[in-house]
Amino acid sequence: MNYTQITPLEREEMLEAIGVAGVDELFSSIHPDDRLAGPLNLPPAASELELQNELNALAEENSGAHTHACFMGAGSYDHFIPTLIDQVVGRGEFLTAYTPYQAEASQGALQAFFEFQTQVAGLAALDVANASLYDGATAVAEAAMLAVNVNGRRRVLVASTVHPDSRAVLRTYFEELPVTVVEIPAGPDGIIDPEALAQAIDNDTACVIVQSPNFHGLIEDWNACFEAAHSIPKTLGIAVFNPIACGLLNRPGECGADVAVAEGQPLGTPLQFGGPYLGLFAAKNAFVRKMPGRLVGETVDTDGRRAFCLTLQTREQHIRREKATSNICTNQGLLALRATVFLNTLGPQGLAEMAEQSYHKAHYLATRIAEITGFALKYPDTRFFNEFVVTCPAPAAAIIEAAVHEGFLLGPPLDTPATGAQGSPNDLLICATEKRSRAELDSLVEFLAREYGLQTSD
Amino acid sequence: MKSTHADALTRPEIHTMGTDKDANVTTENIVTATPRGDRPVEPLVFEKSIPGQRAVTLPPLDVPETALPSEIVGGGFPGAEIGQLDLMRHYTHLAQRNFSVDGQFYPLGSCTMKYNPRINEWAASLPGFTGLHPLQAETETQGLLRLLFELRGFLEEIAGLDEVCLQPAAGAHGEYTALKVIRAFYHDHGQSQRNKVLAPDTAHGTNPASCAMCGANVITVPSASGYTDVDALKEVIDREGADTIAAFMITNPNTAGLFDSKITEIAGIMHEAGGMVYLDGANMNAILGKARPGDFGVDAMHYNTHKTFSTPHGCGGPGSGPIAVTTKLAPYLPVPQVEYDDVRSMFSLNYNRPKSIGKVRSFFGQIGVLIRCWAYIRSCGPDGLRDVAEMSVLNANYLASQLHARYETPYFEPGKGKWCAHEFITVPKSLLAHGVTLLDIAKRLIDYGIHPPTMHWPVHDCLMVEPTETESKRTLDTFIDAMSRIADEIESHDDAMHDAPADAPVRRLDEVAASRKPRLTFTDSQ
Repeated sequence: MNYTQITPLEREEMLEAIGVAGVDELFSSIHPDDRLAGPLNLPPAASELELQNELNALAEENSGAHTHACFMGAGSYDHFIPTLIDQVVGRGEFLTAYTPYQAEASQGALQAFFEFQTQVAGLAALDVANASLYDGATAVAEAAMLAVNVNGRRRVLVASTVHPDSRAVLRTYFEELPVTVVEIPAGPDGIIDPEALAQAIDNDTACVIVQSPNFHGLIEDWNACFEAAHSIPKTLGIAVFNPIACGLLNRPGECGADVAVAEGQPLGTPLQFGGPYLGLFAAKNAFVRKMPGRLVGETVDTDGRRAFCLTLQTREQHIRREKATSNICTNQGLLALRATVFLNTLGPQGLAEMAEQSYHKAHYLATRIAEITGFALKYPDTRFFNEFVVTCPAPAAAIIEAAVHEGFLLGPPLDTPATGAQGSPNDLLICATEKRSRAELDSLVEFLAREYGLQTSD
Repeated sequence: MKSTHADALTRPEIHTMGTDKDANVTTENIVTATPRGDRPVEPLVFEKSIPGQRAVTLPPLDVPETALPSEIVGGGFPGAEIGQLDLMRHYTHLAQRNFSVDGQFYPLGSCTMKYNPRINEWAASLPGFTGLHPLQAETETQGLLRLLFELRGFLEEIAGLDEVCLQPAAGAHGEYTALKVIRAFYHDHGQSQRNKVLAPDTAHGTNPASCAMCGANVITVPSASGYTDVDALKEVIDREGADTIAAFMITNPNTAGLFDSKITEIAGIMHEAGGMVYLDGANMNAILGKARPGDFGVDAMHYNTHKTFSTPHGCGGPGSGPIAVTTKLAPYLPVPQVEYDDVRSMFSLNYNRPKSIGKVRSFFGQIGVLIRCWAYIRSCGPDGLRDVAEMSVLNANYLASQLHARYETPYFEPGKGKWCAHEFITVPKSLLAHGVTLLDIAKRLIDYGIHPPTMHWPVHDCLMVEPTETESKRTLDTFIDAMSRIADEIESHDDAMHDAPADAPVRRLDEVAASRKPRLTFTDSQ
């Protein structure tokens, strides 16, 4: 089934109208030597019924947050997703539209993105936001690129506590360009020492990138870090934030950030094995014309009626070509739509409660795990949000494997390539969101105590 | 981190947008009922906000609270408060203000706006796929890894190339990734001086932008009659120096809607110069199962699954841009690669590729999009894919043949046996001579319930029309009739043309004002 609708009779009529004997004649510009002789070597067409069965079987082979209690975080979070989101985003008017170039035929998408931009700016406590980028990691790299373009400097300072994927993409982005990426190590408390950061900043520093909560869940001192950044005029402070945390914790703009970026997945997008997600990008007004990605602006029609359109397109590749601010020519439309529906469904109160509950549940869990003999919080004196590192009495990989059989998704281990290979084998990152019930938290503690604890104290 | 729930908690203050907190708002006199009238504006969600409304609630907290030190607590999220019904109505109204493939013919050239089959949506939403955390153990995700590995194989076969990387998030991201791979190959082979990338003057704007991001210089190669000018290509190579050239980025069928029959000659010239041929796969729809890039000399390419393989465009994303390369480029592809591990007899994600360019994105790819892509290829099968190419080319040629008498088609000349591929360009000079603009024609199509074609690209004053294979003859005939009526209106100097669209939620916009003083967010003071 390939969803074509031309009947054999219509096909003959059309060929006659064109004036050719057969379809092959229309392919005459492909040299016979360049044509594929036989059929592609692919499995034969499957009917929809067969596909349903096959896909169900493939899906059922996997276990995940739908079958297990998920305690995994590390940049991808299992938050509550209101039913309304799929109902709205599944509407064909949104699902099957293109980038809203023709504004008069795309007011729905444009208004939704304008509302999205307003919300992202509100989360970040900054002036403006774009209509989204590919994901959190590329958003970090694009933010650094903006800084380099704004002040023409050649050094990018990034905290080593930023998500390893973001740092890896940052390295890839700048590898061919005359810009050096310098990683600032964390102190023994797991966060960046603002004084060490201040030492590293010089007159050629384009920006300072600090993520909070950081990759290990710890809350960085953005205020002090960005104050250090601003000790050199024109050096930008770039905050990497968690949008759920913004319902509760200090927001980037409240702490002196010039640009703020985030992985937007927690806002209503399922885990779905890491993608598609969306990058959030907010900035101070001063940087609007250097921002990457699509921007929706408010304007009026010829009657003076409020309307919306894509704007500042002269920054973009289809006009500026090699001088564009970025090669990006899409946003993550449906995911931005998911995020804005999510934020409107929860509202300010709901987002605050989601953040608070995540905070309280993670702290309850951390406290109880730390009470198990043999387990300890790796950074007991540092504040965290919804995830934390536990030093275990056994290799994390073994605990994770055993936990799956008990109905828990744990991990990741912190010594693997997927997590930047920064931890020791016994370090385990654990996350709790509002979705984890007390019963689930308690049974995880009970499992860890029973299998690995020497004895529990209560 | 002791639980100290006896401590007072610090909470962000709830700040609602769109309502003046200090005003003594009552339910009286704040609304006025008016007839809908001419094109009502849909208020912003913030303007509909009413403090205290909720669309959803969370269960009560079931663990003891932990103290929240005031120095870490921020000002909270300033959003709208709105009940579920009013929120649903808001999005229903917005949806009604949008053209879409589901609702309208959408012949947007170069974008391949084909039907998005719903089995694909169903597949991507299965909990066994959406529930997977990207960092789970491979043993728990074998079903999905198998699907991804199979898709790799499908895309390798369709391209006629050796190895596919599924990771890039969009076509432009695929270009960028492949260029990085090509650069890495040359660094590794002691030819770092190859930093020039050739591109035809009709290339997608992303091509030069992607080059710039890789630190490569872009050299433009002129076209002649819609094709790459082979002599000009040779001249450019001689002028720039063969040993400085990394690649030629070509779109084939090209952006003029033509299959370049000299593609193998071009590839030969590039390979002789020691460079590579990169294919922008935007127009793969026209050659599925008919010709394979690897067979006509391409070394690397990207797909746009949202064009060729029916994954939805979603108002601008998410797309997905897998790349395919030859064996010699494969070692440089991003990590991790989805593979079948013979030793462990399982599918795995391999990070152990020492020559890899590293990572280009978070995690591994646009998985939800790739699932849809797999479902589409399985649904079509080899014969169905070839038929997609044939029907897309048939539909485009049918439209061109019925329109070219009044809408000039510079590169479609049936008298000379010069057909188009899956799309064609019209530069309607004789109609424009009546004093209308291309924009007038485009906006008038909206009144006929048709999304305008791509405008002014790849040449000025052109419409690029791509019907796709999924449209019925009846829809095509309706489009032909609409275009013909618009031509009548132009020739009879009907003023309606300049006021179009007459039948849309808004009239023509002032896009210049929008960029002169950009207003990108709603603020309470508006």
